[in-house]
Amino acid sequence: MEAEIVYIGLAVLFGIFMAWGIGANDVANAMATSVGSRALTIKQAILVAAVFEFLGAVLAGGAVTSTIRQGIVDANLVGDQPELLIYGMLASLLAAGTWLLIASRQGWPVSTTHSIIGAIVGFAAIGIGIDAVQWGQVGTIAMSWVISPLVAGFIAYLIYSSVQWLILRHPDPLARAKRYVPFYMFLAAFTITLVTLIKGLRYVGLEFTLLQSYLLAFAIGLLIAIIGGIAIQRIQPDRKMDKKQHFHTVERVFGVLMIITACSMAFAHGSNDVANAIGPLAAVIAVAQTGQVGSQAAVPVWVLVLGGLGIVIGLATFGRHVIATVGERITQLTPSRGFAAELAAASTIVIASGTGLPISTTHTLVGAVLGVGMARGIEAIDLRVVGRIFTSWIVTLPAGAILSIVFFLVFKAVLP
Amino acid sequence: MAADSRSNDCSGTFALANLLANIFGSSPVMPLEKHVDIAYRCTRELIAFFEAAIADDWDTVTEIRGRIEVLENEADDLKKEIRMHLPKSLFMPVPREDLLELLLVQDKMANRAKDVSGLVLGRKMRIPPTIAVKFLEFLRRCIDAAKQARRSVRELDELFTTGFRGAEVSLVASMIEELDRIETDTDALQAEVRALVFAIEDTLPPVNVMFLYRIIELTGEIADMAERVGRRLELLLSH
Repeated sequence: MEAEIVYIGLAVLFGIFMAWGIGANDVANAMATSVGSRALTIKQAILVAAVFEFLGAVLAGGAVTSTIRQGIVDANLVGDQPELLIYGMLASLLAAGTWLLIASRQGWPVSTTHSIIGAIVGFAAIGIGIDAVQWGQVGTIAMSWVISPLVAGFIAYLIYSSVQWLILRHPDPLARAKRYVPFYMFLAAFTITLVTLIKGLRYVGLEFTLLQSYLLAFAIGLLIAIIGGIAIQRIQPDRKMDKKQHFHTVERVFGVLMIITACSMAFAHGSNDVANAIGPLAAVIAVAQTGQVGSQAAVPVWVLVLGGLGIVIGLATFGRHVIATVGERITQLTPSRGFAAELAAASTIVIASGTGLPISTTHTLVGAVLGVGMARGIEAIDLRVVGRIFTSWIVTLPAGAILSIVFFLVFKAVLP
Repeated sequence: MAADSRSNDCSGTFALANLLANIFGSSPVMPLEKHVDIAYRCTRELIAFFEAAIADDWDTVTEIRGRIEVLENEADDLKKEIRMHLPKSLFMPVPREDLLELLLVQDKMANRAKDVSGLVLGRKMRIPPTIAVKFLEFLRRCIDAAKQARRSVRELDELFTTGFRGAEVSLVASMIEELDRIETDTDALQAEVRALVFAIEDTLPPVNVMFLYRIIELTGEIADMAERVGRRLELLLSH
């Protein structure tokens, strides 16, 4: 009994640490674009991020958490030694956290998701046995890492191209922006809500029929579009600034849209990345409480809430600084471009979350930015850095794995 | 996987968040617009410069020459900086070479202003009164060309936003047409000024005449360079 409390206590501690790290670091990618383009102030951005990261984590984080908890390690092979799974999951959390700390200090581009998956696969393959890894599932996850940036890039390309065709290339871009931007607002709200209703909510015990989901998503989309539409109509052209930069007022219209896509992005990020922190935690809790591996009980909601809170605390303590720094440096992402990237990334991430696939939200966002670039929307992208980001997981996977094997062996020797 | 200097310049622990920030190379667009502005302001000084030279006020001439040099240096420094931040790995909607060429001809506008002012001050050259009025008219038109070049280049950011298509392209195309018209004007005026010099060249020392022609030529080249800025922009439009 006492051992269980130690296990759960440690897991909660490590889990919150990871969630805090995610909140402090990764959230900036979702919010910095809005701050950089002055669509939101830093205070507003932190508030929006806190609310929607939390909602995303709790309402739609269940599927990915479930995958990390029981989709990677084959429970049948650890059946007689459930504590192995506990050691492994604790080791994974610590390994991923440590690796992230090292990598960030060195300025290496690494992904939380890749670290944790590498860590879990590492301890399972070496600590338990090669067969203990559900390689099929791991293969699917690895595929999703390749596919998600491509999909996000393609969607972003389509969205930004449509913005150019419908709005920017016309002699009266402001009038056209006011007419068409509400449709993008609808699209953003509708997509995110629909995927969440269909795929996410069953983990918190709510279930809608398909028709109900569509109707509700439609209603929410419409509501957002109407509210946003009213806000847009009130924007008056600033003739002095427009003379300097013809799209100044038009960009302010997109700025309103960007508030909505920033919410979507924060929601999507919460839904996918919370699992990196609390997936292993959920596994430890399930094993420690039932004494057996492979119980099909749902992820407890309080764990999702805990993960959400961890992210919010990270955001509140260090997020401000990071958002400000990143925001200053991505001025090329004006609202018209930034929203396209955010909407594409958020949709892709939420769909992945609904399917239970742990993808890298940062890689997906980078893919989306490249998509806008392909539509000739970005002035300059440094392909060297992009290459480094995408190849970093070749290093991150073994690094996470090796660290988690070491920690696993230590825990096995030290813990009761 | 060695991090380059730019991914390290932020407080170490949070370099992770700079993933997104780092993929954006420094955009050349605003610096290019700034560069053409400096180049234009450099050429614009020539009007006051020649007015002072014609009025025989050499203190003012020297002072303005100093301002021209400062601006020309500023343009040069910015040129070098822009080049430095345009590595081959940069992915841009337009060829990097075209932007570099544009930068080069912009810079030449400033160079010509420096050359011509250096020549005049160095030789303490007097513009003969009979051609002074016509010459100033010619000079002003050349500066008009530089100004129109600046106006056109200032549309670069809008062009990038629209992906070089649509209404913005027509706008810039019409600006370039206007630039061409101004340049044609300067050609005609240049011929008139040369004719005036030719009419009085027997009355002047031959070396002075030679340099007078040289000054007219260099001044005209400001308009030529402005026109080439237009040609370069046109190339960007056709991508």
